[in-house]
Amino acid sequence: MKKVIIIDDESLARSIVKEYLQKHPDLELVEECSDGFDGLKAIQQHNPDLLFLDIQMPKINGFEMLELVEEPPSVIFTTAFDEYALKAFEANAIDYLLKPFNQDRFDKAVTKWREQQPASVENNTLGLLESASMSPHQKQRIVVRNGSKIKIISVHDVFYLEAADDYVKIHTQEGYYLKNKTMNHFEQTLDNNLFVRSHRSYIVNVQQITRIDPYEKDNHVAVLRSGSKVPVSRSGYGRLKEVLGL
Amino acid sequence: MPNSPLSILRFRIIFVICWLALLIDAVVVLHYFGLSWQTAIIDSAISNGLLLLACILILHTLRYYLPRSEQYINIFSICVILTIIWLVVARALLNLTLGGDPVYKELLNHSNSIRFSIAFLLIGCVTMISILWYNLQEQKENENRKTDTEKLARDAELFKLRQQLQPHFLFNSLNSINALIGSRPEEARKMVQQLSDFLRGTLKKDETQWVSLQEELQYLQLYLDIEKVRFGNRLTTETHIDENTNEMRLPALLLQPIMENAIKFGLYDTTGDTVIRLITEKKDNDLIIRIQNPYDPETSSPREGTGFGLKSVKRRLYLLFARSDLLETTAKENTFTTIVKIPQS
Repeated sequence: MKKVIIIDDESLARSIVKEYLQKHPDLELVEECSDGFDGLKAIQQHNPDLLFLDIQMPKINGFEMLELVEEPPSVIFTTAFDEYALKAFEANAIDYLLKPFNQDRFDKAVTKWREQQPASVENNTLGLLESASMSPHQKQRIVVRNGSKIKIISVHDVFYLEAADDYVKIHTQEGYYLKNKTMNHFEQTLDNNLFVRSHRSYIVNVQQITRIDPYEKDNHVAVLRSGSKVPVSRSGYGRLKEVLGL
Repeated sequence: MPNSPLSILRFRIIFVICWLALLIDAVVVLHYFGLSWQTAIIDSAISNGLLLLACILILHTLRYYLPRSEQYINIFSICVILTIIWLVVARALLNLTLGGDPVYKELLNHSNSIRFSIAFLLIGCVTMISILWYNLQEQKENENRKTDTEKLARDAELFKLRQQLQPHFLFNSLNSINALIGSRPEEARKMVQQLSDFLRGTLKKDETQWVSLQEELQYLQLYLDIEKVRFGNRLTTETHIDENTNEMRLPALLLQPIMENAIKFGLYDTTGDTVIRLITEKKDNDLIIRIQNPYDPETSSPREGTGFGLKSVKRRLYLLFARSDLLETTAKENTFTTIVKIPQS
């Protein structure tokens, strides 16, 4: 038996997936969830083989939820209309179901899933999340996990980002949060006019900078409103000057 | 291309009358200086006829070539040159026709400076009036273009804003109907009816039309009923309608984007039960409508804007009433309130 979880905020949308699943007796529905928070808990608890995941959901969307899962299971996305999501699917060869869909279309998606190699699924999913984070909606915030809690950080509240091995430390008023991403990821997804890579290991929110002081011979240091100091390399200083219009 | 002032009948009549007055005036003055009536008439006809041609030339030229303010010195020189040309040609013609009379020739030779001054004054006046006229025309045209562009941009913006919600709403509703067909066909049928009525309403209604509050609320109800099917028990609506407000009037589809906004933040972006309140009252002959929805300050940061539809509502109210204080929003303790005031005429 393969374990299946449905995550969708509309109960009728869940019930239609449930109905179509009856034709596949080897797929066992272990839980239905109405938002990403419940979804995350259910995934941890059941470790499912397949997810039916809606994109637009309250508080955190389907992509943001998936980013927080350490080893994402296979996913069949279900969505009504979302330009950016569709682009992300096409770019990463991910199958998806456009609502409303019928049993035939559903069966095809399930068959395709059965035939897929698990390794390629994982790769595609990672690529998908990377593409999805380019959407204007997701550029405005960063979703992180803080113990068992989920925290949504508006990018305006971020002071600076710091590389820390495989993670990135996101420094805010309340301290820092860790996110399992690369500095390059953030450099590409965050707004270039707001965030500048000041140093190989630092990305700084320019709105937080109060002054830039010289530091040792060739380098500088950016002093933030909070008092924190962020290293600025020589090339980083050039980029900062450009954005600040100096 | 701006219209010539002579394309308007009233101005053409004024122009002709002025010219006739000038003609007669010149005849009388010349006769007063001792010319016979006949000679005076011929002199006046020739000089003023040529002057008329010069004026029309100026009027016509400025239509195609309007000088910028720094080029006024050119215009002055053109006036001087034109007057000189006029004087030379007029003198030649007058010499040709009336030159035989030595008394007349004497007068002609002595009147060069006065003829020049009068002609220069007239040509100068016509030039100035033309420049003013064409500048005004150009300004009007610019203004028209600006309003047109604004209107186009506004329509496009409204269309785009509507598109953001409609496809999502439409496909999700169809998906709900799809689910209901299997389990509860009667409800599916009802929802198809509601969805059709709602869509027909969006298509039919002209945004320039005014409707009664009752009509607008009936239409909103359709929308809310559909959302209730989609979200089941999660959505409750409470309405408190002041009886005095039922027949008060408001622009069609004004409340729709406000309600969509309330649903977007209150229902799509929260978990758990949602209560949307709609309260109306009459105050100093204004219709006041309050729409309240819960929201989550953590996920819907105020920096992201107070909703995509409200901006267009505010703009619409401004265009209709030339007031920017008719739409207010307040956010307090997880409740977002939108207040609209509609002055009744």
